[in-house]
Amino acid sequence: MKVAIFIPCYVDQFYPQVGIATLELLEKLGVSVSYPENQTCCGQPMANAGFEHLSTECNDLFVNNFTAFDHIVSPSGSCVLHIKDHLHSVQYEKDALHIRSNVFELTEFLTDVLKVSDIKSRFRHKVGFHQSCHGQRGLGLSQMSELVAPGFSKPEQLLRMVEGLELISLDRKDECCGFGGTFSVSEEAVSVKMGKDRVADHLKYGAEYITASDMSCLMHLEGILKRQKSSTKVIHIAEILNTVK
Amino acid sequence: MAESLSGSSGSDHATLATRFNKDESRVDWHDETLWFIRKKRDKAAWQIDEGEQLGETASQIKNNVLGNLYEYLLQFEENARANGIHVHWASTPEDHNKLVHEIIAKAHISRVVKSKSMLTEECHLNEYLESKGIEVIDTDLGERIVQLAGEPPSHIVLPCIHWKKEEIGDLFSRHLGTPEGNSDPQFLTTAARLHLRRHCMSSKLAITGVNFAVAETGEIVVCTSEGNADLEVQLADVHIACMGIEKIIPQRKHLGVFLRLLARSATGQPITTYSSHFRRPRSGQEMHIILVDNGRSERLGSNDFRNALKCIRCGACMNTCPVYRRSGGHSYHYAIAGPIGAILAPGLDMKQHADLPFASTLCGSCSNVCPVKIDIHDQLYKWRQVLTKNDHVSETKKSGMRAMAMVLSRPRLYAFAGGATRWLMKYLPFVISNGLNPWYKQREMPMAPKQTFSEWYLQKKKSK
Repeated sequence: MKVAIFIPCYVDQFYPQVGIATLELLEKLGVSVSYPENQTCCGQPMANAGFEHLSTECNDLFVNNFTAFDHIVSPSGSCVLHIKDHLHSVQYEKDALHIRSNVFELTEFLTDVLKVSDIKSRFRHKVGFHQSCHGQRGLGLSQMSELVAPGFSKPEQLLRMVEGLELISLDRKDECCGFGGTFSVSEEAVSVKMGKDRVADHLKYGAEYITASDMSCLMHLEGILKRQKSSTKVIHIAEILNTVK
Repeated sequence: MAESLSGSSGSDHATLATRFNKDESRVDWHDETLWFIRKKRDKAAWQIDEGEQLGETASQIKNNVLGNLYEYLLQFEENARANGIHVHWASTPEDHNKLVHEIIAKAHISRVVKSKSMLTEECHLNEYLESKGIEVIDTDLGERIVQLAGEPPSHIVLPCIHWKKEEIGDLFSRHLGTPEGNSDPQFLTTAARLHLRRHCMSSKLAITGVNFAVAETGEIVVCTSEGNADLEVQLADVHIACMGIEKIIPQRKHLGVFLRLLARSATGQPITTYSSHFRRPRSGQEMHIILVDNGRSERLGSNDFRNALKCIRCGACMNTCPVYRRSGGHSYHYAIAGPIGAILAPGLDMKQHADLPFASTLCGSCSNVCPVKIDIHDQLYKWRQVLTKNDHVSETKKSGMRAMAMVLSRPRLYAFAGGATRWLMKYLPFVISNGLNPWYKQREMPMAPKQTFSEWYLQKKKSK
């Protein structure tokens, strides 16, 4: 099984510890992981802003970097969804299709491919789990509150394996945090209000940490928490799962 | 009213939403009010076992309608005419408004009553008729409230959801003569009832919308909470029903699907209080139906945007939308607000509504609650591409995106540029962390780490 990790651009630049945790976690679980060194971005920042047509070269680069692998794993539901839905290449469409069909968000890779039933980690804190929309509604990592269907959650399934971790419940378990890429600056007022409301829900139930499978949501929530001088911190789910027992 | 609807004041969604957010406690109240309705909708959805199946059936019926619209429309026209109804066709809002006015003028009437109709909002019928000296009284309570206030509705099902009862008390004391300071809902609705009944009883012409038009029988169905459409129509000599051409359903039995879905999705009720069937004019009455296109047939030809025509106007996508709840209906500066409005409006006027598809985080909750399974958030994404390709985008954004695309497709340049950005953030935080950066206004910037992940990885590899 040839596995490559895709570390999204903003994680590479601002949250290297999330990439490190992802790599270490997979290695601990016995996976031999490659990191194609020429990788940059999934192209979503351009595409969601309406500039999908400018992401051609970025897409080709992505295809070239990852086509040789059986599985591509990334600690971001949003980037993975973008690849799954929008990675195309005029030149290498067959390779693009291979990648679209074999790209996984980290937690679903753990639960569905590796079928992890035991995680050797300890995290003695009250943790609120933020459902990032693209992972949840796009990739189906967790059941959605809008649907009449039995509940499940792949990330929460993993968090429940962590020793000492107390998962809090929220008033609105799957409301968007308001990050939304360029939305966070072009619609600053609504974006911040959405983020403040999410943070308040977690704080109401005593979260010491807010975790998620997308660092972009957490970057936005962290910005708000820090401005409020809150002691509550954000942490990517890979970091929790990689905490040494 | 026309100005605030058309957005000709030059304000886009972000600007109007920023204004709405000046009063945070009001935003909280607005959000909670609509979230309460979303929760009612969830409860109603869970109460029937076949909820998801019902939605799938509705979606398939609508697909069938859109695939055979031409035949169904002709069938409807033929059957309606056989029932003694005058059927008219209008391709534009202007045609529609003229037709309505001609019918009113022929009857020598100067005041008409009108029940809820989003189509007439879309066509700006009230403004048109008022410019011709005809007074229009909206008989839906919520619509009457916003009409008295000189505003357009802020929600398609709950037109005055942005108004508090105390404010309605003040409005009524000014317009209906209720005692100042009385905001008791029971008292105010009774006052409104007397006021609206008086108008219904004295009006010779009634305008209604149409929720469903049954091709098989040539009848229309109008759903109201207050029974105002029945009252209007039964008391009037002339009835004009206005509908978009997509309101057709093939057979009467299909109402069993749609009537069960409409109110459940809209307000969480099992069925709308009044589902009124109008099949033929009563003896001595004149009945007209105006079928309006206004861009619908063009959208029918678009693979990407066709299925927005399945919309039954339940408003569920607005109630669930975290952006709508925190920006208010008027921030969308179009007759139909929220996610569905944001995919319908650019189809009518790309330039004027270029901002709306960007007023979303693409969270996807709208598509999940849609009872007829419209891929709303995917269409928002697709509209963004269309708008950009048609150059409805600022030069700043264009050049920024070009630069970003260039960096992200060149790994070495990316490694260099990323380093520079982090260096700036570390040593010159004021360069980025200032008031001009919308991120920093209410949020801290992420901390610049010593090393990127790729730098760490290369170092690790070397040391091995």
